Amino acid sequence: MTAIRVRDLTKVYGEVRAVDGVNLDVADGEFVGVLGPNGAGKTTLLEMVEGLRRPDSGTVEVLGQQVWPRNAAVLPRIGVQLQASAFFERLTAREQIRTFAALYDVSPARADDWLERVGLAEKASARVEDLSGGQAQRLSIACALVHDPELVFLDEPTASLDPQARRNLWDLLSGINDSGRTVVLTTHYMDEAEVLCDRVAVMDSGRVLQVGSPAELVRHLDAPARIIVAPGQLDEAGARGIAGTEAVEVGPDGTVLTTRHPADVVARLGELGALDGVRVQTGTLEDVFLALTGRSYRA
Amino acid sequence: MRAFSAIAAAIVRGFVRDRASLFFAIVFPLMFLVFFGGVLSDRGQPAAELVQVGDLALLESLSPEAREAFDAAFDVRRVEDLDTALEEVRSGDADVALRQDGDTLVAHYTQTDQVQAAVTQATLRALVDGTNVALLAQEAGSPVPFALDVERVEDESLTVIQFVTPGLLGWAIATSAAIGAAATLQGWRQTKLMRRLQLAPVRTRTIVSARVVVTLGIALVQTAIFLGVGMAFFGLSLTGAWWMAVPLVLVGTLCFMALGLLAGALTTTAEAAVNAANFMVLPMAFLSGSFFSLDGAPRWLQAVSDLMPLKHLNEGMLDVMVRGEGPAAALPVLGILAGFALVVTLVAAKLFRWDSV
Ligand SMILES: Nc1ncnc2c1ncn2[C@@H]1O[C@H](COP(=O)(O)OP(=O)(O)OP(=O)(O)O)[C@@H](O)[C@H]1O
Ligand SMILES: [Mg+2]
Repeated sequence: MTAIRVRDLTKVYGEVRAVDGVNLDVADGEFVGVLGPNGAGKTTLLEMVEGLRRPDSGTVEVLGQQVWPRNAAVLPRIGVQLQASAFFERLTAREQIRTFAALYDVSPARADDWLERVGLAEKASARVEDLSGGQAQRLSIACALVHDPELVFLDEPTASLDPQARRNLWDLLSGINDSGRTVVLTTHYMDEAEVLCDRVAVMDSGRVLQVGSPAELVRHLDAPARIIVAPGQLDEAGARGIAGTEAVEVGPDGTVLTTRHPADVVARLGELGALDGVRVQTGTLEDVFLALTGRSYRA
Repeated sequence: MRAFSAIAAAIVRGFVRDRASLFFAIVFPLMFLVFFGGVLSDRGQPAAELVQVGDLALLESLSPEAREAFDAAFDVRRVEDLDTALEEVRSGDADVALRQDGDTLVAHYTQTDQVQAAVTQATLRALVDGTNVALLAQEAGSPVPFALDVERVEDESLTVIQFVTPGLLGWAIATSAAIGAAATLQGWRQTKLMRRLQLAPVRTRTIVSARVVVTLGIALVQTAIFLGVGMAFFGLSLTGAWWMAVPLVLVGTLCFMALGLLAGALTTTAEAAVNAANFMVLPMAFLSGSFFSLDGAPRWLQAVSDLMPLKHLNEGMLDVMVRGEGPAAALPVLGILAGFALVVTLVAAKLFRWDSV
């Protein structure tokens, strides 16, 4: 079954085509990431799928139903963390999540469990205004998950989290996904997408440029590998002499060989006795991104 | 129902934890009440300090009522010689020294405190006149033609508190309803809370009614505090149909929430919305007789004030709370306020956009 079906979705703001003819399917239980730079249209796309914004054209189906105009049958089944935290003023963290829980008819006890799960138990009595950026972010995520939705939307959930909290959230989200829930998140972070997502949609200027698993995308990219030989192991001429080497660059950190046949090159390096301290870098999502958008990425 | 009470509780908490809104809703108007009811219409002078020099035959011959009035007006101490008495007056320890010289009462006082001096003088004169009249009447064998007027100035000040309480209450309700609605609307829009709530399975109707019910509750609390303080400390006394003030307050609150919504719809930030709401309500309060009566104002100004919903709310509350009119007196006012609320709400709804969707 498909959790989300998006066809030819378009949203235009004046001159800006914020979302431009997007097609996307998300299967039940899938973990999908939308990756793209600022202004790519990720939030706009997500908010149309959630039913918060009206598409200019195209169709959205969520859990087999229309989402626009506001569809009360879908709402209890989805959980949304908006990019900008949205809280009741001057409530404590505990009051906040209990209020949201009540909106979904969830007990206060379960709300308190969620505070625990996002590591905010000792901040329960702090007003939301007094939480740090990362703590507020975690509270916002907990509020999105408190009613145990089947389908979860998270807009840049790990922005402003410290590395520790980020890892914890990754574990939490993986756990949710493992228990059969569908998760859609947007992110700027390649590593996050690679670790978490079954599939990634790379987006720029309102268009989805490519969709696939991280490994698939990298394979498609046919990006050359970079093999770095420690300084003094191999001179430049020797490096150029190795079959399959496309480019050689000598720097302070060593000699960098660029090749599409890393196995052959590494074997040859072994014969030459230059394997000490060798590092091999294969393509990453970052390379995919660079190749697709043709510009450097400012994470 | 659960959603409704959760949202209402969240709004109430947000309100009572906001010092500024508490201050403007309750403390600030109460300060005005204390000012008008307590300071401005000070309930008569405190008893003057009187030093009696030797025996005063006049005091012994006072009628019981006159004696009572004398005791209420003066704190009496007795000294034996005039010099000591004069010294006390000069140094401010006493307000007046009184001696009897044959058939003449002689009062020594300073003009440092002119009000006190005038009151003292008038009271003593009244006593003497009253006594003379009584004595003359006695000699003629006829009943006392005039009793000494022992009434003090309370009546006058009572009128002041009676007049200002409904007006100030109207102003307090108008301000907090308008500012509350304007700030909530803009605040929710800015913090995206409204968008987040749209994603929860709660109807907009539930959210709006929670806000309205809380504001109505706040208005009733304001009313209770105002009337309680007025009656307990300033001698406010309510007349027959005062309970009609409750529907007046409720409909008035709706009316000013509508104005607040309009302010919220016309502005883009919470601060601007609050300023706009204040800008509407404060001049209206002056033009509606919240702070002083417009009876003496030019006719055109009174005509302008008839356009103000607050004027009608104030008048309606005056009618039923202190002028002793029957419950029916409030009905036309209720109609006017409800109509105003409806029209303004429709205009605000027409102008308002949550967000570009
Ligand atoms: N309400 C709006 N009115 C006008 N333009 C808008 C509006 N919302 C978004 N845009 C424009 O649409 C484009 C896409 O914005 P969007 O917020 O979807 O980007 P994003 O990928 O979520 O960016 P970020 O990574 O910064 O969150 C941007 O150029 C933005 O300026
Ligand atoms: Mg965004």
